[in-house]
Amino acid sequence: MKKITKQTYLDWYKDMLFWRKFEDKLASVYIQQKVRGFLHLYNGQEAILAGALHAMDLSKDKMITAYRNHVQPIGMGEDPKRVMAELYGKATGTSKGMGGSMHIFSKEFGFYGGHGIVGGQIPLGAGIAFGDKYKGSDGVTLTCFGDGAARQGSLHEAFNMAMLWKLPVIFIVENNGYAMGTSVDRTANHTDIWKLGLGYEMPCGPVDAMNPIKVAEAVDEAIQRARRGDGPTFLEMKTYRYRGHSMSDAQHYRTKDEVEEYKKIDPITQVKDIILEKGYATEEEISVIDKEVKSRVKECEKFAEESPYPETQQLYDMVYEQEDYPFIS
Amino acid sequence: MKTVQFREAICEAMSEEMRRDESIYLMGEEVAEYNGAYKASKGMLDEFGEKRVIDTPIAELGFAGIAIGSAMNGNRPIVEYMTFNFSLVGIDQIINNAAKIRQMSGGQFNCPIVFRGPTASAGQLGATHSQAFENWFANTPGLKVIVPSNPYDAKGLLKAAIRDDDPVIFMESEQMYGDKMEIPEGEYIIPIGVADIKREGTDVTIVSFGKIIKEAYKAADELAKENISVEIIDLRTVRPMDHAAILTSVKKTNRLVVLEEAWPFASVASEITYRIQDEAFDYLDAPIKRITTADTPAPYSPVLLEKWIPNSNDVVKAVKEVLYL
Repeated sequence: MKKITKQTYLDWYKDMLFWRKFEDKLASVYIQQKVRGFLHLYNGQEAILAGALHAMDLSKDKMITAYRNHVQPIGMGEDPKRVMAELYGKATGTSKGMGGSMHIFSKEFGFYGGHGIVGGQIPLGAGIAFGDKYKGSDGVTLTCFGDGAARQGSLHEAFNMAMLWKLPVIFIVENNGYAMGTSVDRTANHTDIWKLGLGYEMPCGPVDAMNPIKVAEAVDEAIQRARRGDGPTFLEMKTYRYRGHSMSDAQHYRTKDEVEEYKKIDPITQVKDIILEKGYATEEEISVIDKEVKSRVKECEKFAEESPYPETQQLYDMVYEQEDYPFIS
Repeated sequence: MKTVQFREAICEAMSEEMRRDESIYLMGEEVAEYNGAYKASKGMLDEFGEKRVIDTPIAELGFAGIAIGSAMNGNRPIVEYMTFNFSLVGIDQIINNAAKIRQMSGGQFNCPIVFRGPTASAGQLGATHSQAFENWFANTPGLKVIVPSNPYDAKGLLKAAIRDDDPVIFMESEQMYGDKMEIPEGEYIIPIGVADIKREGTDVTIVSFGKIIKEAYKAADELAKENISVEIIDLRTVRPMDHAAILTSVKKTNRLVVLEEAWPFASVASEITYRIQDEAFDYLDAPIKRITTADTPAPYSPVLLEKWIPNSNDVVKAVKEVLYL
């Protein structure tokens, strides 16, 4: 793994803050009804992405996740303006306005979506890894999903075949405590989701996922295992989401105190404290970063606002590769 | 020319394509060491090895998803379902992923994959093993659905399906795997979406597809004895449907019977009936008749099963009805 340096901390701070502010902006334009549909935000879970990206080799490694998916492609290199435009349903969006909030894709940067059916992407992630193994690449696929998806059969079928065929995949459950409004302890007889790996003899374990260093170390070890040809790993990222499941969530299932407790171990604050403590930057320098982040988010909003909607003929353009497919009209 | 069984035509199509393109592999339950539950992949493990002919555990959802994921990353998988009855536990992957990845990603990803295996009834197998879901899949934009009725069509269409860059559902029949027919020695491709006039006639058009079309042939033979000339159109592809072929025939015969081995509600026959009444109403000399299975789950008892499934007598009766005989 690349060494964690002063620059790593500064990048983590800048990136995680950008992701958080990007999501906050989406929440505010959602309330203005400029972004519609469902909107699931990543606030609180940023250390997972920051740590994983540090361990990944983006020239060959890939990622797939569920519908809490706006910031992952940005982290992998996609232009955030295009992600924002996709949420606005504009022609300049990552999917030209065909996908929306839950279906962000970025093939160029190895981001395979953006999936709306809980757990449906778990076998896909194993399949992407299957493709890499088939062609002899040592790329590794990070397959992310929530604690709710861990209760789907798709997980078990994918775990079994991924171990049977030693696929270069890392299964990552982002356990933020709640499957929509149902807490983890109300979905199974046990709460240590990582133990599901034991039944398949898959290397597995829990990770403090409010800390990007811990995440990077765990993901690095798993990536090395997969690259060696030793197959998958299952990591339970213990995290927390500050916002509701989606924008319509009144959050009656938890207390404000609980949310405040987690904010004390906020990943961005943790990284900021290290930066200040070690003298990697001063308060003034950090406030410069904060201003830059704010202005970049504003640029995304402006780009999305000013972009055109797609032409209506586009409705038929992307369903099939076949260019003259005879749709019923 | 050479004579082959339906299963051999399937095997030839897959093997020829796999020799041509390294990215193609075959995956499914019992496809490798067992040589296929119906021997449609006989010898393929020996020729292509375990990297490309892959036995799976019984996990239709899981291996469908793995195949789709690999298709997003450069493979062109052929997935065999032992029967499409079992595809239901994996249908989420087909409908929500294979059929939608291209549109949802704005054309960034595509999904060149074939799901193949037998459809519909195959004797006294009872309710769960006798279902035809052609209309379910054909209802879904993003998919193509092929249902051949003989070995010649099966080989040419399967090769087209494997070469197609979109996801294709390719439906066979346990009761057709032993059917024999002469086919050309060399390679040939039959285009997707083109119907075939299996018999030319002038008095009435019968549209059908898959193995049940044989009941139409029998009926046509009977009706010929009474000087009734039947035109039989084999759809071969259900989605996209060669609507023009049906329309042309109906404009000639002015009478239409649709024969389908599936439940009546929202069937392929219903779709054909809607479109013909919409576009050729003035050409019709009688209401369109459809022949389907009974509107019940398939029964087990032979007496009940015979009543449930369409046969040539039903076809003869329907043809006479549209001719007012």
